[in-house]
Amino acid sequence: MSLLELKNVYKIYGELHALDNVNMKVEKGEWVSIMGPSGSGKSTMMNIIGCMDKPSKGEVLLDGVDISKESAKNLTTIRRDKIGLIFQQFHLVNYLTAVENVMLAQYYHSLPDEKEALEALERVGLADRAKHLPSQLSGGEQQRVCVARALINYPEIILADEPTGNLDEANEEIVVDLFHKLHDEGTTLIVVTHDPEVAEVAQRTVVLRNGRVVKEVINQNFTGKIHFNEEGTHVTKTDLKSEEEIQAEEQANENK
Amino acid sequence: MKKRQMYFRMITASLMRRRSRMLVALLSIAIGATVLSGLVTIYYDVPRQMGAQFRNYGANMIFTAKDEKFTLADVQQGVSLIDADAVVGVAPYRYENVRIHESPVVVAGTDINGAQKTSPYWHIEGEWPSADGQILVGASLAENFRLRIGETLEVSYTPSEAQEGQETILDNILEFEITGILDTGGSEEDYLYISLADLEALTEESGSIDIAELSISGGADELSAYADTISNSVSAVNARLVKRVTASETTVLSKLQALVLLVTVVVLALTMICVATTMTAVVTERRKEIGLRKAIGASDSSIIKEFLGESMLLGGLGGILGSVLGFVFAQQVSIHVFSSTISFMPALVPITILVSILVTGLSSLMPIRSATEVDPALVLKGE
Repeated sequence: MSLLELKNVYKIYGELHALDNVNMKVEKGEWVSIMGPSGSGKSTMMNIIGCMDKPSKGEVLLDGVDISKESAKNLTTIRRDKIGLIFQQFHLVNYLTAVENVMLAQYYHSLPDEKEALEALERVGLADRAKHLPSQLSGGEQQRVCVARALINYPEIILADEPTGNLDEANEEIVVDLFHKLHDEGTTLIVVTHDPEVAEVAQRTVVLRNGRVVKEVINQNFTGKIHFNEEGTHVTKTDLKSEEEIQAEEQANENK
Repeated sequence: MKKRQMYFRMITASLMRRRSRMLVALLSIAIGATVLSGLVTIYYDVPRQMGAQFRNYGANMIFTAKDEKFTLADVQQGVSLIDADAVVGVAPYRYENVRIHESPVVVAGTDINGAQKTSPYWHIEGEWPSADGQILVGASLAENFRLRIGETLEVSYTPSEAQEGQETILDNILEFEITGILDTGGSEEDYLYISLADLEALTEESGSIDIAELSISGGADELSAYADTISNSVSAVNARLVKRVTASETTVLSKLQALVLLVTVVVLALTMICVATTMTAVVTERRKEIGLRKAIGASDSSIIKEFLGESMLLGGLGGILGSVLGFVFAQQVSIHVFSSTISFMPALVPITILVSILVTGLSSLMPIRSATEVDPALVLKGE
């Protein structure tokens, strides 16, 4: 049984089909990227998988439970117990220190444990920044706190929405390295991104367009690391294409 | 770490590390608590303050004899039945017919110090008598007999019976120094006033009293109770209230208290609106944080608990600040309006803190409840 399975999932807002008959499976321990341009349905899919929204039609099976039928209260419990969320804008509580932000997730899940929270921060390389407020941390450091918070309760899935969207190249690499470590430890990762460089480091990439899965790419050379050549330019190892390339390809097909 | 410890760590961190934001809210709550506790202090202190003011209008209780006369001892027995703090002044009076310049006049023997307290509105030109042998002359008499301050006045008294061993009745004559002229605009101006000891020396009779005037602070009910107790307990004395004083005191007091109560209720309502507005703003600006907490697994009830705890802590701090500032406020009002200080009411401190906590909690409940309805997905996307 897959850890996550979307069966004929629709999300309809009036005339708009944000998700249009989406089918997808994610196995336990897999690292999947969901890629697509703005408006392709990535965020809607992330909200549904993250138990923050329900589909209009279809089934979403998480660990065998159809979360599309659950009440809002149950969804909160499932989200708390099974999912670790990472956001593009970090979203840390600005008056709590790094370690307190991590402990917040423990507080809602079970019991806060400062020692364990400090260990989580150590894992993301922030042991010395534990007592700092988010305003005293760089963007990359804040995102690493966010990662520590997401993994503190040992969730079934870590769901990251554009985790490197607000980061520079160096911090992007640090965060992707962290994902690699988590993956090595057996954590299931779903990373929503519009950045092919981040998407292609996953084992598999699901490409969305206009609410439909248009392509699934298996990364044959999966290493979990972003590779740069000597000039610092990113080296593509899969056949993933950027949004511009896809548009150019479509344009060419139309012209034919 | 226990959940409770983390809970307090979070709410105190929110107050301590968001100082500028929280100071505005705290100020709003503290001002409300200040005005409330100040007004309540004034409300309870008004009777005491106004009672003291009313004492300027003179005696509010009179002792008269049940039969013909009563004694100073009866007066003292009656006074002992009244709470010592409530007794402002006691003036026993004994009236006798005497002659000055061969004309009949009435002299009153009294306790001069007591008379000063029971009749503070008397206007004296010169000085009150301060020693034996001194006399206070009513303005009307002073004008008729052309008496002036500093002059000596001969007062003669004719005893009712001849003294032992004498066949004819001889007048007793004493000389007094005029220290002051009494100007009241009333019947008091037709009398002479000397000390009770001087009158007893002049008449060579001691012990009896015609009337005693008492000035007592307290409400009409309290005074009535005193009067009844005294009349029942002291056989020679009939105690009664000066109705025109006590009745008008009661009317003015109840109207004044009603006014202060009305203002207090209006201020309470305004405070609640003000605090509710502030708390709405405080909660609304934290919609994103609420969304985040929900996203990482907080239930609605735990969010309500956290924000309510925060606002109640804020209410408590505002209440403490308000109790202190409220006393200062009431003190200033008392000094400027009643020209006297007020007494601190310790019981008002926990009440102010409790009311402040309740008002802040209730005012925050609505915005917090509506904030829990936020969709975390939308809020976190910045919508």
